[in-house]
Amino acid sequence: MTPAATQLQFSPAAQAEIKRLLTHYPAERSKSAMLPILHIAQAEFGGWISPEVQDLVAETLNIKPIEVYEVATFYTMYNLKPVGRHVLEICRTGPCMLRGSDELTQHLERITGARVGETSPDGEFTLKEVECLAACGFAPVVQVREKYYEKLDTEEAVDAMLGELRSLIHRPILSWEENGLPTSLQNN
Amino acid sequence: MGRKLLTEHVNVEGIETFDVYRKHGGYRSVEKALKTMTPDEVVDEVKKSGLRGRGGAGFPTGMKWSFLAKPEGVPRYLVCNADESEPGTFKDRYLMSKLPHLLIEGMITGSYALGANTSYIYIRGELLYVLRILEKAIAEAYAAGFLGKNILGSGYDLDLHVHPGAGAYICGEETALLESLEGKRGNPRNKPPFPAVSGLYGRPTVVNNVESIAAVPVIVNEGGDEYAKIGVGKSTGTKLFSACGHLNKPGIYELELGVPVEEFIYSDEYGGGIWKGRELKAVVAGGSSVPILPKELILKTAAGEPRLMTYESLSDGGFVTGTMLGSGGFIAMDETTCIVRNTWNFSRFYHHESCGQCSPCREGTGWLEKVLHRLEHGHGSLHDIDLIVSVAKQIEGNTICPLGEAAAWPVAAAVRHFRDEFEWHVTHPQEATRPGAVYRGNLVLA
Repeated sequence: MTPAATQLQFSPAAQAEIKRLLTHYPAERSKSAMLPILHIAQAEFGGWISPEVQDLVAETLNIKPIEVYEVATFYTMYNLKPVGRHVLEICRTGPCMLRGSDELTQHLERITGARVGETSPDGEFTLKEVECLAACGFAPVVQVREKYYEKLDTEEAVDAMLGELRSLIHRPILSWEENGLPTSLQNN
Repeated sequence: MGRKLLTEHVNVEGIETFDVYRKHGGYRSVEKALKTMTPDEVVDEVKKSGLRGRGGAGFPTGMKWSFLAKPEGVPRYLVCNADESEPGTFKDRYLMSKLPHLLIEGMITGSYALGANTSYIYIRGELLYVLRILEKAIAEAYAAGFLGKNILGSGYDLDLHVHPGAGAYICGEETALLESLEGKRGNPRNKPPFPAVSGLYGRPTVVNNVESIAAVPVIVNEGGDEYAKIGVGKSTGTKLFSACGHLNKPGIYELELGVPVEEFIYSDEYGGGIWKGRELKAVVAGGSSVPILPKELILKTAAGEPRLMTYESLSDGGFVTGTMLGSGGFIAMDETTCIVRNTWNFSRFYHHESCGQCSPCREGTGWLEKVLHRLEHGHGSLHDIDLIVSVAKQIEGNTICPLGEAAAWPVAAAVRHFRDEFEWHVTHPQEATRPGAVYRGNLVLA
């Protein structure tokens, strides 16, 4: 494995979850748990997956590090560089563009002080453009961790989102349920 | 109004819980199948129903099921494709978040029909909150004895698991999905062999869309023949349409296949017409991968027949004057829409999502995005318009998976139907790139 094995460790809660996940797949196919474990790792270690964290995942699954690197670099949800406290994932695909995602993005850049791909000076917000989030009927939309903020076509809606995010207590947030917040607007 | 085979109870309070769902007839198909039908009899009902894959390809589901290889002693899998990522489509998210038990019931009945004892729901990673809803519902189903060992005393065992993706449109392609389920990059596999022979872990596998599986309970409960009575021609049953774009009432609508397109766009029962009092300019009727059509060709076929929301009617005219029903992601565009910009946006999407394996796709989508970008920004030439058509043609048919076609078709169709708008961007770059500029030369006003 990696020389001078990483000093990083998964928390007991994460380890328990990983153990549960591994029961979903045949014993000799534990590599199947790669994607969900990388999600856990990202939530555990500050919202991004460093090379050291990738090595930890390789150790956990007893596979070669390259097998993790090639997956972490393929899927867009995995952040490979440090991020702010909240990553705002703004949908930029056609149906959202038709309903104002370009204007929304420019507005968010102005308000947060971050350009797309960057983190705001106060470390609160990273702006990330993503492709279709399956929220086209409620466009434009921003995703933050699990939550979909939809119908962000007014400044009030954007302010409400940013206000809610700023008010969240400062710790790694694995689940929105932990904060007692609903995970999506009620639609239709 | 039409029957709501899937969403009849969607607004019942608590329908996402086992008890309420059961009270409204839920899980009857599991009882009927496991107690009174053989697996092959269940497959037969699905065949008779004429159900076609609801993810976008429209392949007959019963036929796909019948292809499943059944070697002795080799585990088989039913995998639900919940990777919904086709731009314009959001119906699976709706179904799973509001009616999780409907999908689970379909997975149990379907797994029984296919002889699978372990099945998976592969859900896109962005829908983590829906994954939690599904896991909660699955736990309820286990507790009620509808999952696990010896379901309802039938001797049939089934374990059902939900598995997240992590952001990759390509993982909606069934073999890329299986690669991803195995913990790898989502690179599609060469076919043959098909998943029915060699799928998950190299074992026989059927991959079906969420909505296809969700239709199985009603097909088993009422019989395939009854299901086939709804709809028109080879478009049987109901379909969930994701209406979006410049409509007054975007959202999810379950339709009996056969509703006229004009009614779907303008009736207050559905789309409610174009927003802000504007005119319709164009429609992408089945998700971004299907050909765009101008107003006059989406409302009527080239022969002047009113178009219906069916597979056959939307395909009337092939790609010359027609389109496809696809995923049912129905994107309406008003008179202020720039077709060139929209085409560039979709090209950027496909370039971003290309897995990179096949040179024609990897390089071709890159060129499409690049050339469309310069056309949109007033730096293009007339030759560029022919160039993107030529690049699209060189991608088509030369790739391992259909993402190549999906990237090529929108470009070819946009130029076919809106060439004058592209030419205007070349001949009038200053006008075309002014903020808010709109080309009106090709509008057909009511």
